[in-house]
Amino acid sequence: MRKLRVATVWFSGCSGCHMSFLDLDERLLEFAERAELVFSPIVDVKEFPEDVDVVLIEGAVGNTAHLRELLEIRTKAKILVAFGDCAVTGNVPSLRNPLPREEVLATVYGTVDPPGLEEGEVPKFLPQALPLHAVVPVDYFLPGCPPSAERIWKFLRPVLLGQRPELSGADIKLG
Amino acid sequence: MPHLHIPVTRVEGHGLITVHLGEDGRVQEARFHVTEVRGFERFCVGRTLWEMPALTARICGICPVSHLLCSAKACDALLAVRIPSAAEKLRRLMNLGQIVQSHALSFFHLSSPDLLLGWDADPKDRNVFGLAAFDRKLALDGIRLRAFGQEIIEILGGKRVHPAWAVPGGVNQPLSEESRDRIAAKLPEALRIAQDALSLYEERMGSWAEEAEHFGKFPSLFMSLVAPDGSWEHYGGHIRFVDANRRIVADGLDPRRYQEYIGEAVETWSYLKFPYYKPYGYPEGMYRVGPLARLNCCDRFGTKLADEALGRFRALAGEKAVTASFHYHYARLIEIVGALEKIQELLSHPEILSLRVRAEAGVNELEGVGVHEAPRGTLFHHYFVDETGVIRRVNLIVSTGHNNLAMNRTVAQIAQHWLNGREITEGLLNRLEGGIRAYDPCLSCSVHAVGQMPLRVVLFGPDGELLAERTRGA
Ligand code: SF4
Repeated sequence: MRKLRVATVWFSGCSGCHMSFLDLDERLLEFAERAELVFSPIVDVKEFPEDVDVVLIEGAVGNTAHLRELLEIRTKAKILVAFGDCAVTGNVPSLRNPLPREEVLATVYGTVDPPGLEEGEVPKFLPQALPLHAVVPVDYFLPGCPPSAERIWKFLRPVLLGQRPELSGADIKLG
Repeated sequence: MPHLHIPVTRVEGHGLITVHLGEDGRVQEARFHVTEVRGFERFCVGRTLWEMPALTARICGICPVSHLLCSAKACDALLAVRIPSAAEKLRRLMNLGQIVQSHALSFFHLSSPDLLLGWDADPKDRNVFGLAAFDRKLALDGIRLRAFGQEIIEILGGKRVHPAWAVPGGVNQPLSEESRDRIAAKLPEALRIAQDALSLYEERMGSWAEEAEHFGKFPSLFMSLVAPDGSWEHYGGHIRFVDANRRIVADGLDPRRYQEYIGEAVETWSYLKFPYYKPYGYPEGMYRVGPLARLNCCDRFGTKLADEALGRFRALAGEKAVTASFHYHYARLIEIVGALEKIQELLSHPEILSLRVRAEAGVNELEGVGVHEAPRGTLFHHYFVDETGVIRRVNLIVSTGHNNLAMNRTVAQIAQHWLNGREITEGLLNRLEGGIRAYDPCLSCSVHAVGQMPLRVVLFGPDGELLAERTRGA
């Protein structure tokens, strides 16, 4: 059987959702029997590959690099999943949204010439941190801050078996 | 100036490496850029102190407990309370659980593929699944050891990632006898795994001699907390700086007055700030933190097995400090063993089951500093509030930040040694990343921080012309 091609991506998030994925513990080996992790912060492929079946994206869209990558990922992945509350609603990174970007950067760096105001060696900081579906269509929302490993497995397991995941009740709760 | 760009993977965050060549074709400068920022220092302003532990935990999902505890300590200072001693023991227990899980992640999931499969292995296999295919038992051991640390956090706080358990004044739930016994029952297996990994490292160390020599081996200062008696510390105590000769440069420093001895520089090419030891200036005041620094700074670990291992570690450098950043890996494994021994001690302390775990108070001070040792090094949270407890100003210095200067120095050293001509080889690429990975940087934490480091290396010539560019996987 052809292995499912799965990717995970990290935008403006704390990596807690990725840690929760690793909290699958021994189930990770079961995952590896049915799927191949073709792109992820925990593997060494540097370029988002073609023909990805499922991509889990953690974090909000916070800078110009995320924006470019998200548009590209959408064309390359069949199923795009907003993975965790930051991707679903903007959550923590969007707390800065009411504030002018210049002020946020100036406070963090305590200087009038902080990184991030111009596109340069670091990508430009967007005026607002956006949830994924503000930029591209999203196929599934997997909420939680982070979604627990149990919830991730409830979602992933049917996907690995070629079935449609059905989350309901407590499993679609934020936080 | 010519330079090379390298995005970096298998570290926790987003980053990029650029290498600049001089007229003579030699490496002039190499930079490690952090490419993301979220703005915590600004958006926490206007929220109440009571929200801070759970909110700042979201700085980082790899070591959320560090921010949770450090924030709770800063808030204890705002309440001007001394928390019940059982609460301190419980917080220590959770932090030790976190050190175990975070170090296990760094060693088994992220770094061992390089160490065991080799620097020139197929990039497709250099990950935890490749490791499982190569040595299933070792990969499972790693998964189980990390799970043990995570379970301690879950048992105490109800959740593996982002438990809202530590609160200003203490913790919000005591430990039951049954939960204590559950942790204790799993301890022997964890200790067996940690000792096996340590022996494996010691056996194989000889084969990584070239990497140990060039992955960031240079003199620098080291900073960490040490206990009042000079032994290893992760929660209380005071700040100590030692130099490359392991001579004490400063000791007994009050963590609350960190601004007197730590300065922070900003560069436009990185979202991560550059802290330095103030009396020595910038950038001469470069210092390192984390496992390597903690072992160099302390007089002894304070537990049996870890002290035996510390003796072997010290023998690498005689009387001096171990200055090879490669041995962060070694130090991390020793700390796992020691942390497990300390967990054992805490679990057998009768007070650990006490129900008195929280001091209640209102706002009594308008400024508070929390400091503590996260897995990756010393962490500072500094808050200013108004009379009602609303946050007016926040300053955070995260562990990875302290190592920023040293990480930059490390990539330059690796480029100097392995860059041959103007071509970016796979071996160079891997070693540059491996050099960064030795620090286990948490770029997520680097608040002023970064995301995935797809390794993109860009090589620039003396006039700034692009000489070569290489992206892994392309
Ligand atoms: S949803 Fe929560 S755990 Fe996930 S990235 Fe955002 S803050 Fe971190």
